[in-house]
Order: sequence, then C-alpha cells, then structure tokens
Amino acid sequence: MSERSRATGCRDRSLKPFGWTGWKARAFSGQRSSRSRLFSCALLCVLLIGIANPMSVNAAPALEHEGASLSRADIEEESKPVRSSFVRILTLQDHTTRTVLLGTMLLGMSSGIVGTFMLLRRQALVGDVVSHSALPGVAIAFLIGEMVSPGEGRSLTWLLVGAAVAGLLAVASTSLITKFSRIKPDAALATVLGVFFGFGAVLFKVVQEIPSGNRAGLQHFILGSASTMTSGDVSLILKASAVVLIACFLVFKELSILCFDEDFASTQGWPVTWMDFALMGLVVAVTVIGLQSVGILMVALLITPPTAARFWTESLSRMTLIAAGIGGASALAGTAASATIPNLAGGPTIVLAGSMFFLISLLFGTKSGLIGRWVQRSRTEHRVGRDHLLRAMFEVIEARLGSEETLELDQLKTEAVSLGELTRRRSWSGLRVSRLLNRAFTDGDVSLDPTGAWRLSATGARVACRAVRNHRLWEIFLIRSADIAPSHVDRDADFIEHVLTPEVIEELEGLLARKDPRVIPPSPHPIPPVEAR
Amino acid sequence: MEITWTSLDTWIAVTAALAAMSCALPGVFLVLRRQSMLGDALSHTALPGIVAAFLFAHWMRVAGWWDEVEGGSFHALLFGGAVLAGVLTAFLTEVIQKIGRVESSAALGVIYTSLFALGLLLIRLFADNVHLDAECVLFGTVETVVFNTLPDSDIPRAAVVNGCVLLVNFTLLLLCLKELRLTTFDPALAESSGISSSLVHYVLMAVTSVTLVAAFESVGSILVITVLVAPAATAFLLTERLWSMILVALLVAGGSAFLGHWLAIATPVLIFQPLGFTTVDDTNTAGMIAMAIGGLFFAAFLFSPKKGVISQSVQRSLLSFRIVCEDLLGILYRLEEFARSDDAIRIPTGAPGATIDPRKGLSGKLLDRLAVWRLTRQGYVEVTETACVLTDSGRSVARQLVRSHRLWEAYMAKHFPLASDHLHEMAHRVEHFLDGSLREEIETELDGPGEDPHGRSIPDEP
Repeated sequence: MSERSRATGCRDRSLKPFGWTGWKARAFSGQRSSRSRLFSCALLCVLLIGIANPMSVNAAPALEHEGASLSRADIEEESKPVRSSFVRILTLQDHTTRTVLLGTMLLGMSSGIVGTFMLLRRQALVGDVVSHSALPGVAIAFLIGEMVSPGEGRSLTWLLVGAAVAGLLAVASTSLITKFSRIKPDAALATVLGVFFGFGAVLFKVVQEIPSGNRAGLQHFILGSASTMTSGDVSLILKASAVVLIACFLVFKELSILCFDEDFASTQGWPVTWMDFALMGLVVAVTVIGLQSVGILMVALLITPPTAARFWTESLSRMTLIAAGIGGASALAGTAASATIPNLAGGPTIVLAGSMFFLISLLFGTKSGLIGRWVQRSRTEHRVGRDHLLRAMFEVIEARLGSEETLELDQLKTEAVSLGELTRRRSWSGLRVSRLLNRAFTDGDVSLDPTGAWRLSATGARVACRAVRNHRLWEIFLIRSADIAPSHVDRDADFIEHVLTPEVIEELEGLLARKDPRVIPPSPHPIPPVEAR
Repeated sequence: MEITWTSLDTWIAVTAALAAMSCALPGVFLVLRRQSMLGDALSHTALPGIVAAFLFAHWMRVAGWWDEVEGGSFHALLFGGAVLAGVLTAFLTEVIQKIGRVESSAALGVIYTSLFALGLLLIRLFADNVHLDAECVLFGTVETVVFNTLPDSDIPRAAVVNGCVLLVNFTLLLLCLKELRLTTFDPALAESSGISSSLVHYVLMAVTSVTLVAAFESVGSILVITVLVAPAATAFLLTERLWSMILVALLVAGGSAFLGHWLAIATPVLIFQPLGFTTVDDTNTAGMIAMAIGGLFFAAFLFSPKKGVISQSVQRSLLSFRIVCEDLLGILYRLEEFARSDDAIRIPTGAPGATIDPRKGLSGKLLDRLAVWRLTRQGYVEVTETACVLTDSGRSVARQLVRSHRLWEAYMAKHFPLASDHLHEMAHRVEHFLDGSLREEIETELDGPGEDPHGRSIPDEP
C-alpha cells in the first residue's frame, strides 16, 4: 500500500510547492549577490523614472489650466469618430493618453506582484478590506484639509495619505482582532470592512453637505473613474506605482521566504512580523493608488492576476512575472476600452478584462489549465486502457492454452480472442471493450478478421508481453516483500503497472531466477480460464 | 439646532432594526461556518442579479409581454434575480475552487469582483432605461424608504417586508435547526447521518441572498455585510451556546439600529457643527448603524466577561498579584522555619536571619510593595520598623501553601524520574492551585510522608 502511495503521491500538486528546494538553494547560497540585485534594481529605477519624468513634465504645461481632465470627452472632441480615437489610443499618439495608460498599467503590474504574495499567504481578501476601509480615510483627509484651508481639501496626495492611514489601521485591527480574540479571520475581515465602510458612508454624506464637497469628486474613489483624473493625479499615480514596483523588486527574496516558510524565516533571524507588516504596507499602497482609477474593486487586481498566473507556472518568479503581465495587460485593456466606448466605466472594465484573462488561463493554462489537464488525463487513460486490454487478451490466450511454458510471440499472434471473452475477463461492459478495441485497432495493436475474432499484431503482442511482465513482477514483489496474500495482489498491481520505470523494473527483476527480459514469469495467482462460447 | 426624535424617526429605526435582525439570523451561521466573506460576496453579487432582472423586466415590457411596473410580481422578479445571482456565486466559487484547484478565498475573490463589476457596467450602460442609482444601492436610503407607507397607515412598506423576512428566517431556522446545527458543527457526522451538507449550504446561501435583497433598500448593498456578520461576531465573543448566540446577535442588531439612527441625528449637532461645518445637518443612518455595531463589537472585544481583552488581562493580573502575595507568605514562613532550626538550607533571600523589608517587599517592584500592603490589610502580616512578621492567620495560610509545595515535590519525586533539583520549579507553580481536598488525596496516595525529597518536613494541615 505504502509503495503505491509513494509512487502516486508525488503526482499530488500540494506536495510539490513550487520547486522549493531549488529556490531555497538559489536564495541562500549567495549565488545571486546583493550587488547584482542592487545593480539591476538601479537599472529598473532609471528606466522607470526615464519613462515617467519626461511625460509628466511634458504633459503638465499642456494641461495646467483649471480642471484639465484627460477625459474621453476631450479625446472625442478632438477626433469625433470613436474608431479614430481608438486608433489614436492604441498607437499612443496622445501624451495624455499615454500617461494614463502607462499609469494604470504600472498599477496593474505592481498589484499583480503584490497580489501574488498575498495569494500565496492565503490572505487574498485582505485587499478587499483595505479598499473598502480607505474611504473614511479619504473623507477625513478631505475634511481636515477643508478645516485647515477651506476650498483646498482636494489634494490627491493628501487624500491618498488619509486613505493609506485608514487602510493600515483596518489591516492592523483585523490582525489584532484575530490575535486577541477567538474571532476567526474571515469574520474579523468582514466586520472591519463593514464598520470602516459604514464610517466612510457617514463621512461621505457629510462631505456632500459641505458646499465645496459636492465638487470634490470624492465619489470617484468608490467606483473609480480613470477618465476624470487630472494630469497631476496621473503623474502621482505613475510615480507611486513605480516606487511600489521597485520596492517589490528589492524585497522579493524576503517576501518569498515569508510566503513559503515563515518558521524557517524566523529561525534564520528574519524579523517576520515586520516583513508581514511591510507586505501589508505594499498592499495598502497599491490599493490606495488604485482607488481613483479602479475604486473599491481594486481587490480584483490583487486577486485575479496571480490566480490566473498560477495556471501557467509552478515557479514563484515566473508566477510573479506572469501576474505582473496579466495585471498590466488587463489594466491597459480596460482603460483603453473605457476611454473609447462611451458609458463604459473604467474600474469595472478593468476588472472584467482581468476576469477574461482569468478565464483564458483557467482553460488554456499550460501547467494546470483545464484543457491541458484534460488532454493529459485522456492520454493517461488511453495508455492505461491499452495496457489493460492487451494484458487481458494475453491472459485469455494464456489461460486457453494452459501451457506451463512461456508463451511465444507467434502463439500470441495466431490465437483469436472474441469480444465476449474479453468482457468476461475483466468485468468490463461490452461498450467499453469495443471502444478499447476500436482504439487499439486504430493504433495498430490488434487486427480483426471477418469472423469477428480479434488478434494481436506484432506491436500489440510486444506491448502485451511488457504489460503482463510488469504486472506480474509487481505482484511477485508484493507477495514476497510486502507479505500480501496472492489473492489480493492483482488489483494493486493493476494500478501500478503503468508507471513502473525501467530502473524499478530492473530492481524488481532481482526477484526472478532468470533475468531474461523475454521471459514472462507465470502468474503467482490462478487466472481462471474464460470458457469460450 | 437641537436633536429631535419624531415618530418618523421611530419608523426609520424600526425598519432598520427589522432589516438588521433578519440579516443577523443567517449571519450567525455564516460566522460559525467560517464563511463570512461569502456573505460579503453575496452582498456584492446581488447587484448584478437585480440589474439583470430589472433589464429582463424592461425588455419584456418593451416587447409588450408584460405590463407590470411596480407591483408585487415585479419585486418578486428582482428577488428572484438576486437569489439566482447569490446561488450562482456560491456555485461558481465551488466549481472554480474544485476544477481549477484554486484556494477558496481567491476563487471567491475572482468570482464576486467579476460579477459585481458586471453589475456596475450594466447599470452604467443602461442608465437611461434603469432607474437604479449605484450610490443608492451601495449606501441605502432608509431615510426616504419610510415615506413609502402602506395605504391608510404610517407603517412603511419596507418595515413590513423586512418583518416578513425576519419571520420567515426564524421559521426556517426552527424547521431546519437540527440540519443547520449538525452541518455547521460536524459536517462529517451530518454526511454520515444522511444530511446533505451541500444542500444545506445552498439553502443557506439562497436564504441569505433573499434577506440581503430585502435589506438592501434599508441599509445598502455593502453595509449589509456589517449587519450580516458583525452582530454574530459580537455574539460569538459573548456567549458559548448556539441559542444564546442567536438571541444576542438579534439584540445587538436591533439595538444598534436604534443607536445608529440616534447617532445619525445627533452627530451633526454634537460633532460636525462645532467643528465649523455648519451646513451639515444630516448623516447617513445606514453608515451610523454600521458604526454602532462596530462600537458594540469593540466593547465586546474589550469587556466580554470571559473573552474580552481587558477582562482577560484583569483576570491575569489579579492572578499574578495573588501569586505574588502567596509567594511572600511562603517565604516568610520559610524564614521563620529557618530561624527555628539550625539546618543550613539556603533560602532565596540569602543569609540566615534575613528579613523582608516592609517598604520593598521581595524585590522592591510595585507589585511586591502592593502585596505587602494587601497582606497587612488582610491581617496576614504585621509590619514592624524593619521586618514583616506573619500573624497567626497568616501563618496558617502560609503553612497550607508550603504544605502544597512540599507535597507536590514528594508526589513528583515518587512518580516521575526527575532529578531532585528539577522538582522545585514545578511545585512552585502548582502550589497556588492545590486545594485542601487535593492535598489530602496526595497525602493518602503517598502514605503520609513526613518529609519532602529535599529532607524538609512537610507541615501538617492547620
């Protein structure tokens, strides 16, 4: 029994966490020195700032006048037909469009990366709490701003600081509640989310009743609207996303060890609590930056890309890259679509674009996509079915001839087997046997003569001999080494015979007196003959 | 401006209370089954269900097959849409989780955000046809709901709807109590006794969806999550039995509705107008209800008699104070014993003839000084200029303690192969928790030992 579970257990995905050993070896053998890490990081910094800076500098003077917004209205005004504006957006002809697209794309990428770690830590829904509980922070920041200098409360930086503080508070209170009471994490998340959002609702009503509050456009923080952002907002988002991206890159190793083996990390002297807090800080940062363009649905950008990426790979670094790609692509596609098609809100479109990518990954993912897995399974089933069928034919012939000697290949090929014999041999349904036979016929393993008798072909006979030999070798092994009664070994061997590797076979052959590969040992248990009708 | 409470306010509070209570019932089971975030997801995905049903009705009206506009069957259609969406969410999550081998919370996150986004987009795309305001759906408008009353009375229609849902939920709870309880606390036993836990799961999801939709009008789609989970979580902190948890959750939900509405009226006057926002004369009732529940939850978190953070820490510090007092008594007893004999056993305070300074206690820490004060008050210790001296009553208490200590050492030495220098630590901890009957039992077990393993005599029971 234990042999079988060992042989098949390694196929269980849960036992194979992302090639952990290889990763650990790389991370801690010092092959990748901190200097090269710093260097590549500096390169990334220069690259990002290079992209970000000229744009914001160029875009700012053009749009400095009051209320300049990169709305699709503007774009449509410039070029009336939707189609041509779509082309303009896709070819990145506008400075402004380019900045918006780049900003949301960087946001999508960083949220994909941060989300990967949250997913692996099984805390995917924390982002939900953060995005909901950022609202009271936004409103309080606005109110304080109004109290300090009336009319000036709507400075995005200030609002985002408020949101970040509220988000951090919410995350901290969930972990405090779970730590200091018997409330389970899910209930703690839901409670904190609801209470903070309720507070936000109260404050938003208050803000609306303040004369300057109505114009502040705070409601965009709920559902998100990329099209009403000013150029200042966009460049802020751009820079903040770039910073988050670089931060993720810098602490990649620390975050991965946090995700895979927290205990190992703490025994190695890593400050696990602080690392956890840093990860939460990144989540809060990403969510808060995304509030204005995506809104409270920002959590989708944290969950969907990494979940989708999981279907394509089992390596952490590749998963992070793919998640970043999917996040960036869905943000890009959503923003572009909402900028061209009227009435298409930005946030939901981005989320739905992400869901499309998820669906595609679920179906076509190369590692655990449904179609890939289905193909693999049907291949395995085919192989197993073929082995079983040919072995059944062998056993029918062997029982009929009743010879003590080993069967010769020629004997196997001349003897005919009927469908009925096979059906009785293995308690198969007639339908299944005929399906297996048809398949084997197509593969050239068997031939059919006009009388309805099936015969093994040369290849079929060879495969049958191999299958029977493997089966019996395992049976003998079970009887001799695992002390299992001969009447009980048939089913166990039935499962294992298909996955025996040549090395195992060689080892098993040690049990035999004659190691000649052409010799098929007699069955250790009686095979009842099937009476031909 | 003053705080005024009119009969209209009462109706608002009653409506909200009924909505909150009807949500709290399924919420109890969501919390116990650790599926609170599924409730959150349902509250989001009811939106696309409602919108889809709305659009369906609109389409039928345009096609001329149906001319119902505001009647009962129209509302039934909306309910149906939301329930379908809710069950679909639960179903899709399970499917994605199983066939995609995705972690459950991630599967939930993917599904509900997608459906919610779909609902938002539908609203935005068909905004001209659909009189649905996203903000109104999100935050709820209990303040205006009460104007829609039953004919010839003051009773708001929403109060009747929510009341009915509460009744139905309660009846369902009574009918399916056995199944719910079994699948919640022991799913394996439920399955083996022939109760399908997945059927119960889906029924619970459907009921939750119906309740959520009924409560939407009053508290809004996102705040519903608060009244769904937070009262149950509060009750979970306060009680241990299922029925008392249900009752407490109902109480919390209903009470916080009244409290929340009062706060909504009071805070503009009490907080925002003094701060200089004079135009603010109204806040969001639903949000305030959420905050009221939050406040109650926080209070329970801190002060719950058995599990509150503060009550627990108070209990802990009381215990450690008792231990410090008893340790002091024990040491005084040993000092006396030491002064009487000429046996040179080393004691913690050092040289022979050492006394305990009444101003410092054992170590001079605050707790030790408090211990001296407390023991003096209790009459166990008398304080002279330079020393603490045991009184008779103090001596008998101390004797019990030392007896416990030495009996336990003897007991451990008899039954466990421990080195004699390892016995003291354990006995030092256990001595505070042995009572008279236990001491007697140990003594009989050990056949009345005269001495402990270190050779010191075990004092008799005073």
